Amino acid sequence: MRNWLKKNGAGYLFLLPWLIGTLIFTIIPIFTSLYLSFTNYNILNPAHFIGFQNYSRIFIDKKFITSLIVTFKFVLFSVPLQLSFALFIAILLNKGIAGLRIYRAVYYIPSLLGGSVAISILWRQIFNKEGLINGLLSKFGIKGINWIATPSTALYTLILLAVWQFGSSMLIFLSALKQVPIELYESAEIDGARGLRKFASITFPMITPIVFFNLIMQVINAFQSFNSAYIISGGNGGPLDSTLLYSLYLYQKGFSNFEMGYASALAWILLIIIGSVIGLIFATSKKWVYNQDE
Amino acid sequence: MKKSYRKIFIHIFIILFGIVMIYPLLWMLSSSFKFSQDIFTSKTFFPRVVTLENYIKGWQGMSGYTFGVFLLNSVFVSLMCILGNFFCCTMAAYAFAKLDFAFKKVYFAIMLGTLMLPFHVTLIPQYILFNKLHWIDTYLPFIVPKFLGGQGFFIFLLVQYMRTIPRELDDAAKIDGCGKIGIFIKLMLPLSLPAIISMAILTFLWTWNDFFSQLLYLNSIPKFTISIALRMFIDATSGSQWGSMFAMSIVSIIPLFLIFVFLQRYIVEGITAGAIKG
Repeated sequence: MRNWLKKNGAGYLFLLPWLIGTLIFTIIPIFTSLYLSFTNYNILNPAHFIGFQNYSRIFIDKKFITSLIVTFKFVLFSVPLQLSFALFIAILLNKGIAGLRIYRAVYYIPSLLGGSVAISILWRQIFNKEGLINGLLSKFGIKGINWIATPSTALYTLILLAVWQFGSSMLIFLSALKQVPIELYESAEIDGARGLRKFASITFPMITPIVFFNLIMQVINAFQSFNSAYIISGGNGGPLDSTLLYSLYLYQKGFSNFEMGYASALAWILLIIIGSVIGLIFATSKKWVYNQDE
Repeated sequence: MKKSYRKIFIHIFIILFGIVMIYPLLWMLSSSFKFSQDIFTSKTFFPRVVTLENYIKGWQGMSGYTFGVFLLNSVFVSLMCILGNFFCCTMAAYAFAKLDFAFKKVYFAIMLGTLMLPFHVTLIPQYILFNKLHWIDTYLPFIVPKFLGGQGFFIFLLVQYMRTIPRELDDAAKIDGCGKIGIFIKLMLPLSLPAIISMAILTFLWTWNDFFSQLLYLNSIPKFTISIALRMFIDATSGSQWGSMFAMSIVSIIPLFLIFVFLQRYIVEGITAGAIKG
């Protein structure tokens, strides 16, 4: 015992706050949540074990299917667009132009502020019937619709808001681009490679590990998106559930209807979905991510 | 010659696209100084007459609580979260980066796992726990988990940073008679200062912008943070007072903006460090 303490004591002492907190606020809740997903817990009455009933209910729940489709649409549009813009602007900024710091700041500001309630309020305004977009359109004689109250367009305003915040991915791309060895370009130029060819055969392969990293992080983030959808739709995921992101539906079930067992089951389904998507990306990574150690 | 033409073209493109990007923000700023009835009817970008009406009206807040109260609440919560992360994350990072102990690899893997875990999975049990502890409508649900547990992202950031501090420094300190606690306080903390500043700033930004957990746990007006106050504001004014809503939105993002202007370097480093070195 004394030997064990001597060897491990200091490590555990420094780790203790993390260890206690992770146990109480993460590890135990994970197992509790799994257990709750098999109960009908609603905070007022004690939990009753109901087997797989929550899960079998989920798969015939029309709102669940809707929120799943909305969420996948959101992820599939926002993540690739966001990363493309981030990479494109990072490449332009990496061409050794003057004023890099100012440009970088301007493109990062939307990411800095984008998650705030203030920006969701602004967005709600921009795409209103009498908002900024329609004001600009009217100058060309086009009469715009209320983009946020129209089911076919509401989700795209949220996607645009997510894409608008490409700044942090751009920062990461920018510092990755700076680390591509300059000699590679020099020898490619000797071989007569130019612009697009250089990008395709040097730049992109060299930064694929960072593309991979950004992709994983943004996919995880996008699946959990909540704030803007909640504020812009006024909390209900409308119109006609067209912006009912998964987090929003889970919030409604858990904290408006207090169906906490059901909401826990929804959380586990989401974990499985995100896990599978990430797993899929990992599985394809061998084909396109450049590994320096090989 | 051809090269410089291309550079001018890039400049023009970046400037134009940049203007499109921040135009909504500039428009909100200019609208906040317009009279409410002018915001949507006026044909010009700049206000005809600059008025502070929106700011004065908006500042009054709701039910007798001004926006000053909500701002201070947000400042308090953010500072406490910074303190909590500082306490827990630096200690955990030191253990992971520099000390040896049993099951270290397992714990590190768990820490990385919590980074990827969707918050939904722990959400409901945490709510039940905080409810049982009577922590609903207090700031404890935000603050306590920072002191106990911290945020994985920052632990990872600090581990990356501390690993670059040469071993020889530890050894020298050891010879001088420093214990592990002494090394941590006298050596690791000062040397990790840039990463700690990055952590403090990002904690501030994320707590300030947080909406979900504040929506979940706060329900009485005097305790509202700026995020919740703004959202209540939309409901209360039902869209008729865009002017004061814009004004208070501007007020709510000024602190973020100031931090960005003065401490940009640390934000950039904090965001990129985890990805590049990792």
